[in-house]
Amino acid sequence: MLTDLFQRRSSRPFLHIDKPLFFALLILSILGLIVLYSAGGEDIDLVGRQALRIAMGFSIMIVLAQIRIQKIQPWVPWLYLSGVVLLIGVMVVGEISKGSQRWLDFGLFRFQPSEMMKLVVPMMVCWYLADRPLPPNNSHILVALVITFIPVFLVAEQPDLGTAILIASSGIFVLWLAGMSWFFILGAMAFGGIGLAIAWQYLKYILHEYQIQRIKTLFYPEENPLGAGYHIIQSKIAIGSGGVYGKGWLNGTQSHLEFLPERSTDFIFAVLSEEFGLIGVLVLLSVYIFILSRGTYIAAQAQGNFARLLAGSLVLSFFVYIFINMGMVTGLLPVVGVPLPLVSYGGTSMVTLLAGFGILMAIYPHRRFWSH
Amino acid sequence: MPSSLRFALETVHENKLFNSRLVIAWVLMMIALITVLVRLMFLQVVNHENYTTLSENNRLKIMPLPPTRGLIYDRNGILLADNRISYSLDVVPEQAGDIDLLLKELTAIIALNDTDIANFKKQLRQKRGFDAIPLRLRLSEEDVARFSVQSYRFSGVEITSNWSRFYPLGVRGTHAIGYVGRISEHELDAIDKSNYSGSNYIGKTGVEKFYESELHGKVGFQHVETNVQERVLRVLERTPPISGKNLYLNLDISLQIFIEDLLQGERASIVVIEPDTGGVNALVSVPTYDPNLFVNGIDAKTYRVLRDSPDRPLFNRAIRGQYPPGSTVKPFVSLAGLEYGVRTPHSRTWCRGWYSLKGEKHRYRDWKKSGHGSVDLNRAIAQSCDVYFYSLANDLGIDRLSAFMNRFSFGKKTGIDVSGESAGLMPSKEWKEQFRRKPWYAGETLITGIGQGYSLATPLQLTVATATLSKRGQFRQPRVVFAAEDTSINQMTIMPTLHTNVTLKEERFWDFAIHGMESVVHGGGTAYKVGLRSPYRFAGKTGTAQVVGIKQGERYNAKRLAKKFHDHAWFIAFAPLETPRIAVTVIVENGGGGSHIAAPIAKKVMDYFLLPEKRSPQKGQEAKKGVKKIKKKKKRRSG
Repeated sequence: MLTDLFQRRSSRPFLHIDKPLFFALLILSILGLIVLYSAGGEDIDLVGRQALRIAMGFSIMIVLAQIRIQKIQPWVPWLYLSGVVLLIGVMVVGEISKGSQRWLDFGLFRFQPSEMMKLVVPMMVCWYLADRPLPPNNSHILVALVITFIPVFLVAEQPDLGTAILIASSGIFVLWLAGMSWFFILGAMAFGGIGLAIAWQYLKYILHEYQIQRIKTLFYPEENPLGAGYHIIQSKIAIGSGGVYGKGWLNGTQSHLEFLPERSTDFIFAVLSEEFGLIGVLVLLSVYIFILSRGTYIAAQAQGNFARLLAGSLVLSFFVYIFINMGMVTGLLPVVGVPLPLVSYGGTSMVTLLAGFGILMAIYPHRRFWSH
Repeated sequence: MPSSLRFALETVHENKLFNSRLVIAWVLMMIALITVLVRLMFLQVVNHENYTTLSENNRLKIMPLPPTRGLIYDRNGILLADNRISYSLDVVPEQAGDIDLLLKELTAIIALNDTDIANFKKQLRQKRGFDAIPLRLRLSEEDVARFSVQSYRFSGVEITSNWSRFYPLGVRGTHAIGYVGRISEHELDAIDKSNYSGSNYIGKTGVEKFYESELHGKVGFQHVETNVQERVLRVLERTPPISGKNLYLNLDISLQIFIEDLLQGERASIVVIEPDTGGVNALVSVPTYDPNLFVNGIDAKTYRVLRDSPDRPLFNRAIRGQYPPGSTVKPFVSLAGLEYGVRTPHSRTWCRGWYSLKGEKHRYRDWKKSGHGSVDLNRAIAQSCDVYFYSLANDLGIDRLSAFMNRFSFGKKTGIDVSGESAGLMPSKEWKEQFRRKPWYAGETLITGIGQGYSLATPLQLTVATATLSKRGQFRQPRVVFAAEDTSINQMTIMPTLHTNVTLKEERFWDFAIHGMESVVHGGGTAYKVGLRSPYRFAGKTGTAQVVGIKQGERYNAKRLAKKFHDHAWFIAFAPLETPRIAVTVIVENGGGGSHIAAPIAKKVMDYFLLPEKRSPQKGQEAKKGVKKIKKKKKRRSG
């Protein structure tokens, strides 16, 4: 059973990995460590811990890449159910950290169920839609939305708006890739827009105070330069003062003199922009674009609806990470607390992301690739 | 249609649909990332300069480097105003953790009182968490040592040092030296704010105020790189401050101390001036107070006690005390009589104990009821004959009298270099019409002639007038400060003083006035007792200033009057007679007659000044001891 779970590698003795994706991710991680050394105040221990996490993430990725994706499919509903149960568990007995309940403490390790749901929710939607004719009809769409939004609400209540948005988008991406009609999408957007406009006055009942503050801060950051607007103002100063060529590695004044908050986590992109300038940004974006393009290619090559829907949604989720993080650091989007994938300091999201890439690699039909 | 075909067709359709969605997704991703890129170019290329400026503003701060305030020395180099390091205990709440626990633990090491804690807690609510808040000011050296040993136990608590003004001699010479205090809002409007951006103190009174610009110095600046907590990480550029100039006074602090001790328990003032230079050797006003109380803000209770004391220790009698000058004006009035030709030196007036204006019944009394008989100018001064001067003043008229007295700086500020001088009052017709809205009466001229009525003069004014008289018209603006030392270029600058001359029609007129004053002490005059057995000859004039009006037909009876209504005792003098080196004015408030109280004190001051070898050994040693102590301290400082 267990050996059956893994792909046969009889034709080739190699590990089943996608080399272009693997090396692109490796380059990205190394770039991330270089920026982190500067952002973390030249703390080599911090970089060491992050390197260890990357190594762990890569190991998980390689292990997952060996699994046959079709073998996972039947387990998906159980994963989803247990995920929802754990989220409810977090609400009841979760550990409070930085003002929100996200963690489950199992004694030996702490576990963040919301992270897991970033992968499990799109898998569940894929599982649901895989056997049904595509494009999905309205009742299928409704079920898929319910599947998506149960964990989204649970996570938003923790409160963790960033993760909730990521989970919601990953479910919706599956629907969209499954061919949900444009009419429906546009209709939903219009409906959502009107709904938001109405909800704006009732937001205080829906969102937490700090979330409302962050949305307000997006539109008027200068109004409260020492309070909530401080993050965005300092971040824009860091990026803008970097210019085309940057101030040089370890020479960023905004980060080294501690004007930039959250500089090694959510705002690490500002450190990169300050020290390496537009050129550094272009290098980073190129690597990201390569990874996204390669992921899109893998999704296009994937066999079966479950596999390709999942592949496509994983790529889009990865993109959402990048876009929301860069958008918030540059002041295009509200500060919602999404890390820059594989660059920001922090363990949980790194493992989730690399696990996602492991699944993506598992989806890619290797034999064909090597037979070329 | 066979199901397999239908499935195949469906699959093809699904493939097509999925692939088109995937392509659209990829295009949308690229558009989104290009949007981010455009945003980045907007920030990094278009607005680069703007953000660079903001970043530099974040990072670079200009910090003022306050100059060291100049020191003040007396004429013999004894330090009168010093700068000392004072230590304060500061707490940064963000780093300190549990404040209540911290206060409890600190109390075991340093005696914190309730005021300290109350002030601290008040500031705790007002300031940001990373601001240092002073918990206790002016720590003793013991406290500093005790805390330093234990400091490892307290994070966020540190001892900071500040320069603080200190007056080592305390109450001595306060009214001349003055003091500094915290800069008030009102003062802030009047000064160059940038020059004071790092300074805590400004001169409030005395020399400290008058010479504020010399003493303060020029602020320096440093451009520093700071982090978000405003901690200085690097100094990029430094313009050092220029220290204030050290001042060397004409004041002789041992003389000042000698005089202050002589006047113990009195409300009195003595001013000693060198007629040659205008140098003020002593500027005494007693009681005095400790200027150190005011430096870092005096507490309300102590201030109330000082302010409400009936002896008015805060009042600088020497330059602000305006008293009727009484008979001390007589030598000057006699000069007016000679100058305008209404009297010759030898013309005589009959004194029968009172004087009346023509057609009036009112009797202007002489202090001697029986009268002085026939008096000439010399005897009129020596005996202080009022009738002679009533008649002289009447013949002069108030206009001429007033104009002449103005030349001796009666009714005018002398221009001394101590802040807050009063002008006194030399009445005239214009003055009375303007300020009292009443016509001038002839009788008022008479009493002006003997220094009563509206006349007011400060001890300083009388001393300056005496000095001018002693040098036969040579006026020297009184100066407390002799020289200023610019330590940055090692240069001593002698303070400029104003020299003018009072010239009379005939030079010999001076001799008659001076001779009259000589007769006061050496010619059987009102103060003959102090002239007895004097090893040097000197000139003087007694004065008695009435505090309450004595009604017609009544007599002044000290015993029946409360002390505060007793007359003020005046004595002006200069010595030695031929080559005057010192001019002295003594006023003892409610002291009674000038000859009994004021004259002996003035004589002691002159003895101290002119006969250093005869200084009473006890007093001398005391003064010397004090001086030695300070000199030792000074050595330690420099070493």
